[in-house]
Amino acid sequence: MKQKTGDDIVQGLRVGLPIGLGYFAVAFSLGIIAAKAGLTAAEGFLCSFFVRASAGEYGVYTLVAVHAAYAEVVAMCLVANLRYMLMSAALSQKIAPGTSWFKRLLMACCVTDEVFGVSIAYPGYTPPVYTYSAALVSTLFWASGCAVGITAGSLLPANLVIALSMSLYGMFLAIIIPPARDDRHVLYALVISFLLSGLCIVAPVIGEWSSGMRTVVLTIAISAFVAWLKPVKTESDGTA
Amino acid sequence: MEQHSVLIYILIAILVTNLIRVVPMALINGPIRNRFLRSFLYYVPYVTLAVMTFPDMILATPTPLPGIIALLAGIVAAWFRLGLFPVAVICCAIAYLLI
Repeated sequence: MKQKTGDDIVQGLRVGLPIGLGYFAVAFSLGIIAAKAGLTAAEGFLCSFFVRASAGEYGVYTLVAVHAAYAEVVAMCLVANLRYMLMSAALSQKIAPGTSWFKRLLMACCVTDEVFGVSIAYPGYTPPVYTYSAALVSTLFWASGCAVGITAGSLLPANLVIALSMSLYGMFLAIIIPPARDDRHVLYALVISFLLSGLCIVAPVIGEWSSGMRTVVLTIAISAFVAWLKPVKTESDGTA
Repeated sequence: MEQHSVLIYILIAILVTNLIRVVPMALINGPIRNRFLRSFLYYVPYVTLAVMTFPDMILATPTPLPGIIALLAGIVAAWFRLGLFPVAVICCAIAYLLI
């Protein structure tokens, strides 16, 4: 049994490393945004280490930059990270019966898009230590990337900083586009989202909304509309 | 104007984001049955990321054109499932060359 646990830790660290390298680059550009919001490297490290959410952190830093109300940050975190609810629910089905409450909750805290992905892909019940070690190594890269971005972002030429800020959007595209290829309804949802989001910028009154407000309102409205129009069919549907 | 503290912003983000992860694990026994709720949760991640990407991506560059080209290239690369890191690199490289 001990031997097995050791193997699981090593396996977890092994899958966590490539995830971490990708995280570092993306977190670096996130750090540039965090620096604009006035975070120090230590604050960025702390926030990234415990939050571990690309879209969520991006949303929070843009809100911090405009000194938004705390309630707006709560709403942003809820909506930008709602997918983790789904993933956590799905992961709950992959944990061996009899696993302690504490271990289950700690596994839930490890959920990011990628760590969820590798945890779900583990054959049979996922051992908690496998998820922990994958999360630990990737999180260290994520948090350091953010801290380095905050520190070094200001030293880089402006053009390079703007170009690097594209990496976060690139990562978002890499998450949303492939499923749209497989599911036509996701494709429709994306087209509607792009159109309405673009319209909101130029529309009167709504154009004055903060980006956080826009994200929250559009997400709830469009998702509810598409869910009503095209409900999902399969019983075991999860988004990765 | 109300004074806001960066640390409180960070604490809120940490608390809310981890609560979202923990609550379903603590409560859910078995799959969610409500069809609308399940569908809503299914579409949410895609819609959130989409409205955060557009038009923000083309507003981030000094003129819209580099952003538009990077966006289109990113969509094509992602369509062919190049993966997180390669798509991000392609978007950066194209924007850098065009700015």
